[in-house]
Amino acid sequence: MIGSPDVVAFTKEDEYGQTPPDPWALPDEFSIPLHPLVDSNPWAKTSYAKFTKDFILISEFSEQVGPQPLLTIPDDPKVCGTFDLNYFSLRIMSVDYQASFVGHPPGSGYPRLSFVEDSRVVLGDSKEGAFAYVHHLTLYDLEARGFVRPFCMAYVSADERKIMLQFQELSLRFSQASESLKAGNRRAFAKELQRKLRDLEYTHSVLQREEGLQREAGPQCMYSAHAVEKANELANVEKSIYEHRDLLRQISSYHRRPRRDPHVVSCQKCITECLSECEQLLDKYAKLANPFSYTAKGETGQKGQVDDEGDVKEGDEEEDDGVKRRSSYTPQLIKGKSAKCFDKRLKTLQELCDVTFYEATVELLKKTERSFRGDLCYLYTRRLDRALRRKQRVTNFLFEEDLGDDDDDEDEGGTLRPFCAVNHAVDNYTLLNPLPIVLGPEPLELDALEPPDPLDPASETSHTQGSELGLVESHLESSPSDQTLETQESSEETKGSFSSGKSGMDLAERQQNLASRKSEAPDPDSDLTPDPDHNTDLERESSSEEMETTAGEDEGDDTPVSLLEVVLELEASREDECEGFTDGPCDMEPESLVPLDTACCMAQEGFLYEASAPEAVQPCQTLVVNQEPHALLPLQDDYAVGSPCSESPAAGLELPVGHLGDAVSRTSAEDGSDCTMSASTGSDLGYGGVVTLRQRKKAGQGALKFVRQYPFAMQALWCLLSGRTLVVLGADEGRVRRLVAALALFVPAPGKCGDRVQAWLSCPFTLTDLQRWKLIGLQRVASPVGSSMLYSLSRYSRYISILDADQKTLRCPPYRGQLLANIADHRTYIRRGSTYFLHLQSTLCQLAAKAFLFTFTHHLHLPVSSTEGPEVVQGRRLCFLQEQLGLGEEDSQILLYLSQLITQQYLHPATGSSAAATCFSFNYTTSVLYKI
Amino acid sequence: MLRWFLGGREAQGSAEKNSVLCIGEEQPKNCFTELQVLKGHFDIVRFLVQIDDFRCASAGDDGLVLVWNVETGERLQELRGHSQQITAITTFTCNNGLTSHTSLITASSDRSLSLWDPDTGNRVQTISDLQSSVKCLLVLERLCVWVSGGEELCVWNKDFQLQCHRQNHSDTGITALIELPKNCIAAAMDKEIVIYRLTYSTDSSLSVAEIRCLSDHQDRIRALINVNDGLFASGSHAGELILWDAIDWNILAYEHILWEESQACTQAEIRLAAPKPSEMSIQHLTTNGTHILAAVGSGLYVYSILTKTVVAYRKVAHDSNVLHTMLLSDSELMSCSEDGSVRMWEIQDLPLPAEPASPGLFGMWTFGRSNKQTGPPSKKVMDVPNIRTLELTGDLIGHSGAVQMFVSFRENGLVTCSTDHLLILWKNGERQSHLRSLALFQKLEENGGL
Repeated sequence: MIGSPDVVAFTKEDEYGQTPPDPWALPDEFSIPLHPLVDSNPWAKTSYAKFTKDFILISEFSEQVGPQPLLTIPDDPKVCGTFDLNYFSLRIMSVDYQASFVGHPPGSGYPRLSFVEDSRVVLGDSKEGAFAYVHHLTLYDLEARGFVRPFCMAYVSADERKIMLQFQELSLRFSQASESLKAGNRRAFAKELQRKLRDLEYTHSVLQREEGLQREAGPQCMYSAHAVEKANELANVEKSIYEHRDLLRQISSYHRRPRRDPHVVSCQKCITECLSECEQLLDKYAKLANPFSYTAKGETGQKGQVDDEGDVKEGDEEEDDGVKRRSSYTPQLIKGKSAKCFDKRLKTLQELCDVTFYEATVELLKKTERSFRGDLCYLYTRRLDRALRRKQRVTNFLFEEDLGDDDDDEDEGGTLRPFCAVNHAVDNYTLLNPLPIVLGPEPLELDALEPPDPLDPASETSHTQGSELGLVESHLESSPSDQTLETQESSEETKGSFSSGKSGMDLAERQQNLASRKSEAPDPDSDLTPDPDHNTDLERESSSEEMETTAGEDEGDDTPVSLLEVVLELEASREDECEGFTDGPCDMEPESLVPLDTACCMAQEGFLYEASAPEAVQPCQTLVVNQEPHALLPLQDDYAVGSPCSESPAAGLELPVGHLGDAVSRTSAEDGSDCTMSASTGSDLGYGGVVTLRQRKKAGQGALKFVRQYPFAMQALWCLLSGRTLVVLGADEGRVRRLVAALALFVPAPGKCGDRVQAWLSCPFTLTDLQRWKLIGLQRVASPVGSSMLYSLSRYSRYISILDADQKTLRCPPYRGQLLANIADHRTYIRRGSTYFLHLQSTLCQLAAKAFLFTFTHHLHLPVSSTEGPEVVQGRRLCFLQEQLGLGEEDSQILLYLSQLITQQYLHPATGSSAAATCFSFNYTTSVLYKI
Repeated sequence: MLRWFLGGREAQGSAEKNSVLCIGEEQPKNCFTELQVLKGHFDIVRFLVQIDDFRCASAGDDGLVLVWNVETGERLQELRGHSQQITAITTFTCNNGLTSHTSLITASSDRSLSLWDPDTGNRVQTISDLQSSVKCLLVLERLCVWVSGGEELCVWNKDFQLQCHRQNHSDTGITALIELPKNCIAAAMDKEIVIYRLTYSTDSSLSVAEIRCLSDHQDRIRALINVNDGLFASGSHAGELILWDAIDWNILAYEHILWEESQACTQAEIRLAAPKPSEMSIQHLTTNGTHILAAVGSGLYVYSILTKTVVAYRKVAHDSNVLHTMLLSDSELMSCSEDGSVRMWEIQDLPLPAEPASPGLFGMWTFGRSNKQTGPPSKKVMDVPNIRTLELTGDLIGHSGAVQMFVSFRENGLVTCSTDHLLILWKNGERQSHLRSLALFQKLEENGGL
């Protein structure tokens, strides 16, 4: 009936023959899987998947109707298209490798709850073009067979590689969801038990009373059929009470048993609450223990016999169930009726779990679905972007959108942050480290874990990751037996080679192990680590073509489709940039600069330098090629991107391939540094603070329009970037708001909610407002109010620049610099807002980098020796700005302002205005009036 | 200046045109390139006192006294207790042996006096239910007593015990108090200056006696200051500036500032033909021992004690009345005004006459004798050859109401208070930037890197 599902093994080929990874190995966060085929269009749709984008499917194996889909996330029929959910549910439920061991272990008299760990498996259906990460879990139901209800959650995607490479994170997220569901389920189960026990108690008392009456009636009645029946009934009830009490005890001991699953972390507060609840119940019903001990013996003996075979037991259990059900209801309510298995209505998932827990879990899954949207390229670039941005926390606040707290938590709080459905306070939990699992001696790994330089996080990270990439895995492959022993002992029979879930767990365990060993340096990227090695044994050719792009298709955004066009535009504007581009902050010899026509390099730093040790680089690259059989792209040996200043060899960055197409990476390399590549591929998929990426891109369109329309745009941008408040004056609210939204892109450190920008103000402003807002849209009104507003404009004219949207004039200090020429060129070749946004981001990022350098260069601010006076320092600062950065006086003001912001942020990371008011700097210069 | 966006309409009216002084936005000599707005008061802030090198206290009509850290702009203490506006505030330094501790004495319209500890914010002493509210306070550190002036003159010791008091005859009460040599104090009461002497009797009780009444002013005395050990000065509402000998209380110089009638008539018609008294009222006097700076109406006059002449003046220094002035050095001065601005001036030698048609006239007399002029003196243009000019070097615009007072902390900055309920801390941006850099590298070192 059910065809053997083609489970994809989460293993890889034996790699004993490989050279050990050298220290120049690429840090994992920068590794991008090689582009499969050079000339295949990576944005082509998968040909035969019947659904349009990835979704999450929750199914259950119903004991009445078999496998059935319960819900999909997103809950939209369009998503699944013609995809047969029923069939797919059947497929995924048929690969449940959980040890669903149910029954009475020999020797114990009561039915046992089975504590089953979740299982994770990757499954593919090549006919349907669907691949799925499948996460099985069981929930408890008093009325179900064996008290368990098997469920599964599946992440369904058309891209197999995506699932394989995201396995760790998928596993982590789904484990969280599963834990949440199970926590809710335990509560509901305990409640149900309580109800049942109450009923039983009542029935028991009724029966006892009847028996007492009979006994009073006389000894001749003692052995009548009726009396025997009553006695049996009473005994049944008592047994039932014992059983349920035992179940209650079992469920309350749930948390005490050791968990093997490293991904499982639960909220401590929930646990303790649940525990105390159960214990209360236990106490409450313990008092029933004594009065009927005499009848229990025969029953237990009978039970013990039945217990021997599991299958028989189940039937017995059902029967038992029927008895219990009948007797549990109070006689007044329902006369005992025996319910057939197929008649009864099974509880829904909502009923099984507490509603709050269910809803929280669905929310969590929705979030998961959102965070996995987009194709692999997009996910990788976003991740890359984030990894880089996390490293430059000091300057992020200037121009980057907020990374968002929850994302930070996921990425950095480590893999152990428990998900709590009822939102117990975050600091309430004690980080629950799962029991450490000893996997045998691992000298290699331990060696690799020794951080070479504790002060150099980059090298440390890369080292660890190197070890994860190479050493750990080879080790893992080399000793599969003991791990299997360790993790799979719960399942009585494992189906041979299909141990993907388990081995995935092993890897996770191992990472867990790593993390717990070097707890002071949790590796934020460990869970994100894409393992290119897993691709090696993927024989299906489909994997290479299954790059799916969902970027922007749902919102109808015009951005991502024509990335090539973006590239062309950027190239067109490249010439100008090259001229404007001046020497970067590094003191490198110019001859070490490599001409850039690389096909495969994406630069993080401003320049590409010849690798100082090319012979060390080479094996690494061949290694990469070996790992990627699909990579037909020739790799140039001499293009290694590295940060030249760092001493640590591991800090050198070699990027095997430009994932987004070559020209983009080249442009970004020339632009200096662009770590905001995430913007290129997608629309606002998933993240962003209040000011979302989508909004910012839309603003990019406006900004481009502004730049093209106003010849004095450069001056306006200079005002914003140098910290002079810009007032946009206009009568038409819509126009002013649009202009403000566009210009808000240029406001440094706009705040989390854009609180440095006031889009529309219709009353006179004060100095406090000027201090708070850096960009103000002001209503022009012809009335007394208007005149007082004009008065405030003229009064504070020295602090502000005024852009008149109606008369198209700008009043501001004269700016003659060149720094902004490439972002405010009104004859720019850039045609698209999103392109301009990218261009802008790269320039602003470059500015931020310069400002960072300026801020944290000691000798530019403080005397080197005691003999130096402040003038020397001043001179040195000027010299740095003018000669090394090539900035004029006005351009320097931008840098000084950014530097001031960085300093303030560094000194007062909270908001800078906790106790003391913020400073407001200005200078006394005359303004001039610019007209079109 | 901003005609372009006014669209040709004269929105600001003609009053603006009269303010001929406009320095523009290019102010190379103005070092205040950073400001912090200090919020906390709910009503007009009238008083500022410096506590030490980095703290100052502000008080105003809301009855609050706030203590600020001038270096960071932090509000250190909030002294609550007065139910009505503060009428006077002064610092009181106790020197007991090695340590000196500065407290604050405040007087309020709720007819109470309080002693505060600015370190803890505690109200150390308080006296309520006075017969009248106190209008001025004077601390005589030498005698370890302090004097409060209102409708009566009271002398208190440092434990807030009343030593002696003296009822006044005038209705207006004492508006200003200064300390004079030989345990004397001068009190300004309406048009008179009364000299009191404090004497310790044999049983070490203190008594106060009126010994002289100087009634040479023809109008209400608005300002009374000590110039140096031998001189004090007073200014009246009618524009009289009198220089007094501090020992024998004789008039050393009498200066009457008034305007030429014709000049007043050529002013815009909206003005009164005759000068309003407020235009020649001496609002504030300040001195550095060699010069006296008088704020007269909206003008500024620098009077040299040595030559007993006005060495520099600016008839219209502000758009409105000048409220407070300060001589920073021999050549630099600062003034604040009801027009909401603080202006910095420099006394420069005059290459050319700055104001060709001298609007002001000075009747100058040196009084060796005691015959007073009654009525305006005869007009006589004194062509002062060595007169210098007051050049505007910078202005601070930030307050939206009258700037009541300011206190300079030298390189730490300047604090201004205003009727708009705000205080503004003006700082040297470069110095602050340097300090921040220092702090940054210090924190960097503490953190052991980024």
